[in-house]
Amino acid sequence: MSPLLRRSETVIFLVVLVAVVVIGVINPAAWNLGNIFSLLRANVITGIMALGVLTVLISGGIDISVPYFAMAAMYVTLLGMLNTGYSGVALPFIAATLIGLLLGVLNAFFVDRMRMIPMIVTLGTGTMVRGFLLGVIGTANINIDRMPPSLIHFASLYLVKRVQPDGTTIELSAMIVIYLALALLVHLLLRHTMIGRGVYAMGGDKEAARRAGFDVRRVTYFVYCLSGALAGFAGLLYVSMSWLANPRDLAGAEMDVLAAVVLGGASIFGGRGSVLGTMLGVFTLVLVNNSLIILHVSTTWQRVAVGVIVIAATATTAWRDRKRLA
Amino acid sequence: MPPPLIELRHISKHFAGVKALDDVSLTIAPGEIHCLAGENGSGKSTIIKVISGVYQPDGGEIVIDGAPARPLTPISTIAHGVQVIFQDFSLFNTLTVAENLALSTELSERRRLVNWRRVRKVAEEALARLGVQLDLDADLDTLPTSGRQLVAIARALMSNPRLLIMDEPTTALTRKEVETLFGIVRDIQSRGISILFVSHKMREMLEISERITVLRNGRVVGEGPTGGWDEVSITRAMTGHDPSGETYRWTRPAAPPPPRLETRGFGVPGLFSDVNLTIHPGEIVGLSGLLGAGRTELAMALFGMYPAYHGSIRIDGQEVRLGSVQDAIAQGIAYVPEDRLGEGLFLTQTINRNLLASSYGALAHNGFIDFVQAHKRSSAMIKGMQIATATGDRPVIELSGGNQQRVVIGRWLMNDERILVLNGPTVGVDVGSKAGIHRKIRDLAASAGLAVLMISDDVPELVQNCSRIVLMHRGRFVEDLPTSEATEALVADRLKALT
Amino acid sequence: MSNAMDLRRFISREANLLQLLGLAVLIFLLMTALDPDKFLRAYNFESITFLAPELGLLSLAMMLSMLTGGIDLSVIGVANLSGILAGLMFHAVGGAHGPALSQLSLSWVALGVAIAVCTGLLAGALNGFLIAKVRITPILATIGTGQLFVGVCLVLSGGPAIVGFPDGWDAIGNAKLLGVALPLVLFVAIAGLLALALTRTPLGINLQLIGANPKAAVFAGIRKSRAILISYVASGALASIAGILLSARVNAAKADYGTSYLLEAVLISVLGGTNPAGGKATVLGVALALVSLMLLSSGFQLMRFSNFLVDFIWGAFLLIVIANNALRSRTR
Repeated sequence: MSPLLRRSETVIFLVVLVAVVVIGVINPAAWNLGNIFSLLRANVITGIMALGVLTVLISGGIDISVPYFAMAAMYVTLLGMLNTGYSGVALPFIAATLIGLLLGVLNAFFVDRMRMIPMIVTLGTGTMVRGFLLGVIGTANINIDRMPPSLIHFASLYLVKRVQPDGTTIELSAMIVIYLALALLVHLLLRHTMIGRGVYAMGGDKEAARRAGFDVRRVTYFVYCLSGALAGFAGLLYVSMSWLANPRDLAGAEMDVLAAVVLGGASIFGGRGSVLGTMLGVFTLVLVNNSLIILHVSTTWQRVAVGVIVIAATATTAWRDRKRLA
Repeated sequence: MPPPLIELRHISKHFAGVKALDDVSLTIAPGEIHCLAGENGSGKSTIIKVISGVYQPDGGEIVIDGAPARPLTPISTIAHGVQVIFQDFSLFNTLTVAENLALSTELSERRRLVNWRRVRKVAEEALARLGVQLDLDADLDTLPTSGRQLVAIARALMSNPRLLIMDEPTTALTRKEVETLFGIVRDIQSRGISILFVSHKMREMLEISERITVLRNGRVVGEGPTGGWDEVSITRAMTGHDPSGETYRWTRPAAPPPPRLETRGFGVPGLFSDVNLTIHPGEIVGLSGLLGAGRTELAMALFGMYPAYHGSIRIDGQEVRLGSVQDAIAQGIAYVPEDRLGEGLFLTQTINRNLLASSYGALAHNGFIDFVQAHKRSSAMIKGMQIATATGDRPVIELSGGNQQRVVIGRWLMNDERILVLNGPTVGVDVGSKAGIHRKIRDLAASAGLAVLMISDDVPELVQNCSRIVLMHRGRFVEDLPTSEATEALVADRLKALT
Repeated sequence: MSNAMDLRRFISREANLLQLLGLAVLIFLLMTALDPDKFLRAYNFESITFLAPELGLLSLAMMLSMLTGGIDLSVIGVANLSGILAGLMFHAVGGAHGPALSQLSLSWVALGVAIAVCTGLLAGALNGFLIAKVRITPILATIGTGQLFVGVCLVLSGGPAIVGFPDGWDAIGNAKLLGVALPLVLFVAIAGLLALALTRTPLGINLQLIGANPKAAVFAGIRKSRAILISYVASGALASIAGILLSARVNAAKADYGTSYLLEAVLISVLGGTNPAGGKATVLGVALALVSLMLLSSGFQLMRFSNFLVDFIWGAFLLIVIANNALRSRTR
């Protein structure tokens, strides 16, 4: 089998292709432009968070604190904006990203200094942050009439606008560009910088990475801070796109994100994974969630479908990784 | 005579009161292939770490090119031209060949960005220097062990070393791959690079090296040109076997009972085939051969780990089917694996738990374990196996290698085993314990009528304890040597002849 | 001499338990000091005894899965599914509300319990199969099955809660037995049985050995796949009983009840001394950790502090305690 076919990215790409074709056959009206646009838009938030989790996973760790960091960064930034009456886009996003990054430092510290299992560390920090946010800062929603208009305006930017025959307008959100840009950035970091190679090296063999001369501490801080930063950014973008800030949202999203990253071919043991694969994994997840709507299947089947796909995908990966397990 | 490349003079090293190295002196000449021989725990790895600057010696000095070189750090030793290839190769399995080769260079030049074209060039040059062809874009873990070793060697040569230290390089290599490796080693030597070959495989040592230094318990017990050594003398030096130790022979009784174990046409596709093995109660049969011959696989198959086997197995005359480990145990077969730490022991658990690990099912009445009985049995076993410990409640990790091995063997003797398969029973066990374990095994064979299959590379161990030695090669039995007629030298010769 | 050694060894082995006991006492004293009038009321402790057991059972289920080096992230899904299936059966037999439903006889209630527990057993069997036979790593397998179970909950319930269970069922979560909360009695009984099973049966010891060294377990003749399968089946059963308690207490079952329980169960399990890498876990440790958490949570509630603050403190505790353990083991 040629190396191209053996790559997990190719496999999942084919799966997606087949799924798209099948859906088109079942319901030819499914693949109208409006659906496609909304499908692409739905990729953005999960995708940005997945990029961070991917990086941590490749390094041999795991990060399940992402959605909680996202919400915390979002809420703090929004409250800051509301209290100071600030109106702008760049600064809030920078602030949210920085907050996420600082929270990521917390993760890195415990994983590196205390040598604790990343699963437990990020569980602890995620719980702490969520508890602090909801318990101290507040649980109040911020709905659309209070949302800073600058943010809403920014997230409503579109690339393409069409007026449908029935009078409705559909738009292709410009946030896709942001997602793609971030994906490209992470890809370049992972593939073309030494610290990126250090992420792969560390995930492959931490001790060997140390001996080869990689600064394992620096790499650890890099991956968790990147994950936190992307989480913070995603959090603020999420509320900008959904016009509603509920600090309880996104809870549980860490499972979806993890599933997407693993679906995309990343190994939970570390050392393997790619941005392309993750994007395909996120796309698959979103496709499953949305295709059911498109196919007029009750949305209550969404979770079942996601569950089945995760099981099927991980069973296949288990087959691939079986030598490691033996 | 050119000055030696590197000289260790009277090196000592302590760890928390334990003497790892005691007055060790070693000389390596330029362009020499030198072998450092010794069993696990003899101090080989400590010496490597001293030479490569990872450890500082407590006494003695290191002389490089005639001048004392202290203190050494890992970086300064590389500057002196010393490169070490450890057993795990220290490579990255999830990265490509090219990247593995170029990584150190990229890191040492403190580059921030990766230039893939440069990486490729560096990698190509490294492979060309070694004269091998490999797919630069292949992920490292798609290569067999021999391929990865080539990458490790190529990487080591990139810094133009004068001394290349290889730690147990032939583990997990097939015979053919060993030959290829030796060809490369000789090629490296012809460029004036010295090689320190650390190993416990005597046959390979004898084949490739020019001088051999043997370590035992942290001391040099022998040193000299390879011509003056043979398999037996090396093993003697490594293990300290007393040549006058008693030997064990099983004599066939007048009216022999059916053989305890009898296999006909026993085989597992791809691993071994056509094995006809017969062991009588009280008999100890030895099994040896080169690495990859199928010995461990044969043992594991007897233990029920390869349910899809061919051929027939009879125990005490009855045909049996060994479809699982539980089947084998039910038939009274016990297996003491090679890798004591990884496969034999539960290091975090107590001695008692380790001894009882296979017996809890039998000790249960109405679902609950009879702990009084269990404790009685484990205490009795500690005494019976002469395990040196005051209480069975200590974690087993605190015991010495020899005592740990007794625990693993003892575990099986709890349950009326009839057949004992031992894989490397005294590897990494100190000399005093070795003799004790041998005595125990013989005692079990003689008085309890156990049938014993002893797999080993240690020729004196085999000759002293076994009445027959079977040699295996490429999955088949090729020789059956009764020890009444065979001396150690003969067995060694027959082993050497296997190629 | 040897007695002193034994005592020291005993202390270091049980150090974790003593530490936990100390923690529980500390929290108790702290809460008492902060608000003695409200905290030391019998009513307060009584409500804890009704609330704690469901989380306790989930924590035990988590502990069991960690014993073999795995994790079970599907326990909440199993709990909710069990409650929903029982609820659907009750509604099918007795209608959606009214006396016909609330006065369903005990035999119907018993059937409901059987349905719930069977759900847990089957769910656990699925987990065990995927983990032991198909060899999917536990975290991924149970993320998948967790989604599957929640999904089935959603499909079956359509989304909203299934409200209204028979009085007999609700009694399980709200009645008293000899003056003690029935849920607590059930929890103590189940925890006791589990502790017995783990320390005194071959299966229990085998699970610890498998967690300590899976390869050696196979070479020792332990039937690893079977043992792991059984442990996940047991986890499933524990989760389903937690689901019974939960739905009985609130008289309703819903797909997304108790989502915060998942993280808390992991926290309690780990704080209780369970090694997530396998080989070490005690029921008593988990129980003590549970007590600590519940005391903390109750105290905070009484002080009108948000319950979320408990999560914050709990997360912090976890990090501190494990950091302490890490530093301790390093200096040894």
